[in-house]
Amino acid sequence: MTEFLFFIEVLVGGLLAGTMYSLVALGFVLIYKASSTFNFAQGAMVFFAVLAFVGLMELGLSFPLAFIATIFLMFLVGLGTERLVLEPLMNQSEDTLLMATIGLGFVLEGLAQAAWGVEVRRLDLGIGDFPIPWIVDNLGLFISALDLTAGAVATVMIVGLALLFKYTKMGLGLRAVADDPGAASSIGIPLKNIMLMVWTAAGIVALIAGMMWGARAGVQFALVDLALKALPVLIIGGFSSIPGAIVGGLIIGATEKILEVYVGPFFGGAIEGWAPYVLAIFFLLYRPEGLFGEKIIRRV
Amino acid sequence: MSAKPVFMTYTKGDVVNFVVLMALAFLVIPSIVETDYWYTSILIPWLCLALAAIGQQIVMGYTGQLSLGAAGFMAAGAFACFNFILRVPDIPFFVALGLSGLVAAGFGILFGLPSLRVRGIYLMVATLASQFFIIWMIDKFGWFKNYDTSGIITAQDIVIFGHAFTSPMEMFFVVVVVVTVLTLLAMNMARGSTGRNWMAVRDMDIAAESMGISLLRTKLQAFAISAFYCGVAGALFAFTYLKSLEPVAFDIKLSFEILFMVILGGLGTINGAFIGAAFILLFPVVLNSVGNNLFHGAIDATIISSIEQVVFGVLIIVFMIYEPLGMAKLWDNIKQRFLRSRSLRNEVPRDHKGLSKQES
Repeated sequence: MTEFLFFIEVLVGGLLAGTMYSLVALGFVLIYKASSTFNFAQGAMVFFAVLAFVGLMELGLSFPLAFIATIFLMFLVGLGTERLVLEPLMNQSEDTLLMATIGLGFVLEGLAQAAWGVEVRRLDLGIGDFPIPWIVDNLGLFISALDLTAGAVATVMIVGLALLFKYTKMGLGLRAVADDPGAASSIGIPLKNIMLMVWTAAGIVALIAGMMWGARAGVQFALVDLALKALPVLIIGGFSSIPGAIVGGLIIGATEKILEVYVGPFFGGAIEGWAPYVLAIFFLLYRPEGLFGEKIIRRV
Repeated sequence: MSAKPVFMTYTKGDVVNFVVLMALAFLVIPSIVETDYWYTSILIPWLCLALAAIGQQIVMGYTGQLSLGAAGFMAAGAFACFNFILRVPDIPFFVALGLSGLVAAGFGILFGLPSLRVRGIYLMVATLASQFFIIWMIDKFGWFKNYDTSGIITAQDIVIFGHAFTSPMEMFFVVVVVVTVLTLLAMNMARGSTGRNWMAVRDMDIAAESMGISLLRTKLQAFAISAFYCGVAGALFAFTYLKSLEPVAFDIKLSFEILFMVILGGLGTINGAFIGAAFILLFPVVLNSVGNNLFHGAIDATIISSIEQVVFGVLIIVFMIYEPLGMAKLWDNIKQRFLRSRSLRNEVPRDHKGLSKQES
């Protein structure tokens, strides 16, 4: 019985860690849905946003003010990206855009570090990252308030974004642009504004993801590497699906923890580093469009 | 149509190039270079990284498969070389080097398999798996590191025909010979049917397949050869530049650097690999000395390295927008302009054939 409880604990821990990956993946999906661009810079945006947020708080801004200021900053990043990177590269191949976003990622990482320095910063959201005694006593599971908050935040954002895409006029515009940018602009949907909006939204998602990660692991450059794990999440969930991002995140989070605990010891541990990518390869071989992907990717 | 892979054919031009380059390396450079700094910090790492960039070029520039695992294959090559020399008594260095390239090629084929089904960022994620897996494997299994607990292993001396090549100049000679031979070979492959197949797959895989080019063979061949080059480059990098073996030296950052070398240098060109490697290697050095001389240390070193990152990023974007063919193309344009103006001055009439050749 205790073994089973331990398994449940590992599983829950993995699922909650997975929601963190989902949050990063979500920003990625937003941009891909609206513009078919693989935004490799999403991880850098997470780092950039949360570092700016912590930096502004250190300068003496209050929590809400720093939050709003960072959102404005991410709007500027979106504006710059749209005008300076996406517009000149319009109608280029996906691979070209992907490489351009790799460049964008480096720019953002460099700018963030030049402005705020390289040392690890603590981010205190006022939410404890220690097991809640009540849950430990009654269920025997070690779950912290931060875990629950991250889960709740991810759920709210996913439901919110899904509703936004499905029911609002803006969401309809976004889907139209994603489907056929030429046709969308010919009936009067403002392409540039849509792109700007999407990149800003992705920036806000990045900020929230960064705050969750930062509260747990500290605000540091390693966030960029963690964010790379959003890529296997996307492959499993499908690049264009918002529910896919959360399900993919949960699968990756749970699998990597379970593998680490039950299989890892046979190989000397630390298989978390590559297990998600190998899992993604298996998904690629059997279901390249992901669990929820709409478009079947070009096969050869 | 015969599609025999011709690895070992060579033309008269290759022989001439080889002799000229060797003369340059053994006679001219030693007489110009005065300090060891040039060998240890510029020439040796430049040639090693350029070799790895050729590997990246083969898979990405010629075959069009987005890959981000060059450093993983380099690590595989470096540690394979270490183990061959350690465990096989009296193995000639060049044999060990070749074998470690083959080990890396094995990994290349294994992790190139997903390329048969996916491309673009999907493939990039699959190659990331190789990067993380290879480094983890070396780190976790003590056998690869000969159960060394310090984490840093000193590389063995390079012994060829009983002579230990230990001075910077001698090491440079070893590197330059290997890199020259492999570069000429790569140019040959790119020019011949092997390279034509790669480019056909890159430009339009379906058309290539309908012309009878086997995608399976062509892609896996490209991954294998690419990983071979990276593996040899990694072994040279560890034995002549780092002089030690540690998995951390081959982390994802190095993979990104090699990717940038290829993008900035120019996709699909061999000289682009050399130009890109030189740029990525020298730019931080230049930026550092400018920072120190202009501002006399008033700017923090971390800020300089951040600026370096920003500049790399901006350059990638700028090249993607204005010159997707990279610096090699810029260099070609300059050469072209120079040649054209000279030919105008001499009023040499250009026949149709000459023009079309120039355009191609």
